[in-house]
Amino acid sequence: MPRGMPRAEPTVDMTPAIELRAMRRAFGSVVALDSVSLAIAPGEFFALLGPSGSGKTTCLRLIAGFDQPDGGTILLDGEDVTNTPPFARNVNTVFQDYALFPHMTVQENVAYGLRVRGVAAAERAQQAAAMLDLVRLGEFGARRPHQLSGGQRQRVALARALINHPKVLLLDEPLGALDLKLREEMQVELKGLQQRLGITFVFVTHDQGEALSMADRVAVFSQGRIEQLDTPRELYNRPQTAFVASFVGSANVVGREAAQALTGRDRAFAIRPELIDLLAAGEPAADGHVQCAGEIVDVLYHGASSRLRVKVNERTTLAVARSESAGGVQGLATGARVRLAWRPDHAVPLRD
Amino acid sequence: MAGRAEFSLQGRQAFYFALLLAPPLLWLGIVYLGSLFTLLLQSFYAIDEFTARIVPEFTLATYRQLLTQPAHIDIILRTLLMAAAVTVAAAIIAFPVALYMARYAGPRTKAFFYVGVMLPMWTSYLVKVYAWRLILAKQGIASWGFEHLGLMGALDQALAVPVVGGPSLASSYIGMFVVFVYMWLPFMILPLAAALERVPASLLQASADLGARPGQTFRNIVLPLALPGLAAGSIFTFSLTLGDYIIPSVVGAPGYFIGMMVYQQQGTAGNLPLAAAFSVVPIVLIGLYLMLARRLGAFDAL
Repeated sequence: MPRGMPRAEPTVDMTPAIELRAMRRAFGSVVALDSVSLAIAPGEFFALLGPSGSGKTTCLRLIAGFDQPDGGTILLDGEDVTNTPPFARNVNTVFQDYALFPHMTVQENVAYGLRVRGVAAAERAQQAAAMLDLVRLGEFGARRPHQLSGGQRQRVALARALINHPKVLLLDEPLGALDLKLREEMQVELKGLQQRLGITFVFVTHDQGEALSMADRVAVFSQGRIEQLDTPRELYNRPQTAFVASFVGSANVVGREAAQALTGRDRAFAIRPELIDLLAAGEPAADGHVQCAGEIVDVLYHGASSRLRVKVNERTTLAVARSESAGGVQGLATGARVRLAWRPDHAVPLRD
Repeated sequence: MAGRAEFSLQGRQAFYFALLLAPPLLWLGIVYLGSLFTLLLQSFYAIDEFTARIVPEFTLATYRQLLTQPAHIDIILRTLLMAAAVTVAAAIIAFPVALYMARYAGPRTKAFFYVGVMLPMWTSYLVKVYAWRLILAKQGIASWGFEHLGLMGALDQALAVPVVGGPSLASSYIGMFVVFVYMWLPFMILPLAAALERVPASLLQASADLGARPGQTFRNIVLPLALPGLAAGSIFTFSLTLGDYIIPSVVGAPGYFIGMMVYQQQGTAGNLPLAAAFSVVPIVLIGLYLMLARRLGAFDAL
């Protein structure tokens, strides 16, 4: 997709569900959030992605109201809630450890949000049962949280957070404690749930795969700042910084000087391993492609897509992915000389 | 061969294990439970009124004596009421302290509080009791304080209340109550703080997140999850008050308490069966209390 084309962002002129303006939060001398601004549209599935300590969780806690910013404003639905306590915000949270009340049954947990609002017991039970049905746990209302599996607890936490019909649902590493298979199932389930309910979902994750597969837009955090805010496709195909290029998927990040040697242009760039072609002996590169030659450093067989590293000069080693259908890594051995080529527009220029 | 060697090693391990376990098990079995059973057994004997000798024959006469004499019933009720009052007061005073220690204090303040709570327990019990008698005496620090705060009238009014009052704090049930609460307060604070510390912060955040005001979070989450600690602490304060005989004999009104009765019956009066029967009373009362606490769900959060 050429740059400059309008992106599939749902940011028309409606009031954002959440808006952060110049949010700042420091813990002692550690700056957790450094002037972060962002707007999340109603009904959006939004991911805060970043490594631990990047500020993404602080950001979520500030939106929920568990923490107070040192500076900046938080708006929910256009209303300033910077100084509103959590119980008065129309936002609910699914906690990383689920935070289910151990002394209550599953049903009581789910109905808790209604109970503290003074809803009558019969009405509470009915709504809680309906909510448990929604997360396919209709049978489990009478159990205690400790009698459930991790995946079931996660769904109870979801049902509990959704019973108040919040404008925004916040999810803190919602799938972090689940094993791989369950995590994939829950990704599909969360996405489906969000589409059915039409509620704004904001989730924190350190897993780029999770962010790419579920979110409409992703804010990539690093060192308390947003590095890039984009759709998953843009983020993957057009990373703007070296950090985003290597954190979201894997990429070869080629610094300025190395780029000069390879392409003749004085600008750092990133290129995905799967976009580098391995030329057969004597095969000419396509018109206009960037070409270089190098020596194979190592070969890793991964099945569907294997990976080799090619040293093209003293300071640059490029990772190259080879799909099994394109011949894989058969016959390629460490030390062999190979030629590489890529389309110039596949090399994404990076901001310094 | 190898199997044999392994087997003998296992045997040796088992031997060492038994050697290690034997002393504590013997202590628990013989010294502790054994003496308790002997005590129980004694309560089913009776004393020969005439010779003042224990007749080692099974009888319920001692228990009949315990439960039919109005003076004995008075002693049991008096002790029970005092234990209940002390427990409730200790819980009310301890809760905010424990909550602050567990949830709000920084590491330094917390350490300071823990030391502050435990420090009095490192001093001699008798010294503290006698110190309290002086503090509460008619011309003591307490009345001096009341006088200078202009609260002498209130103190006089409190001491004028029948039954709990008396000529001075040191010779009234009010004074005894104050000393009991002071003595057992650490035993309430420590388990409570431990229970409160175990409540994950995320549960409180989740409660607030779902719309609960701080008061609701306290009632619905903090209090139920602190119940096991409250139960543990109250067992301490309740049973310690039920069994104590020094505080009632040094501070307070002249009425007898169970502990004093046990002390007197097995000592000067020489009625060991009645002393044994009296000491069974706290055991039964605590048993009933535990059953009640369990019925009320105090241990559900465990």
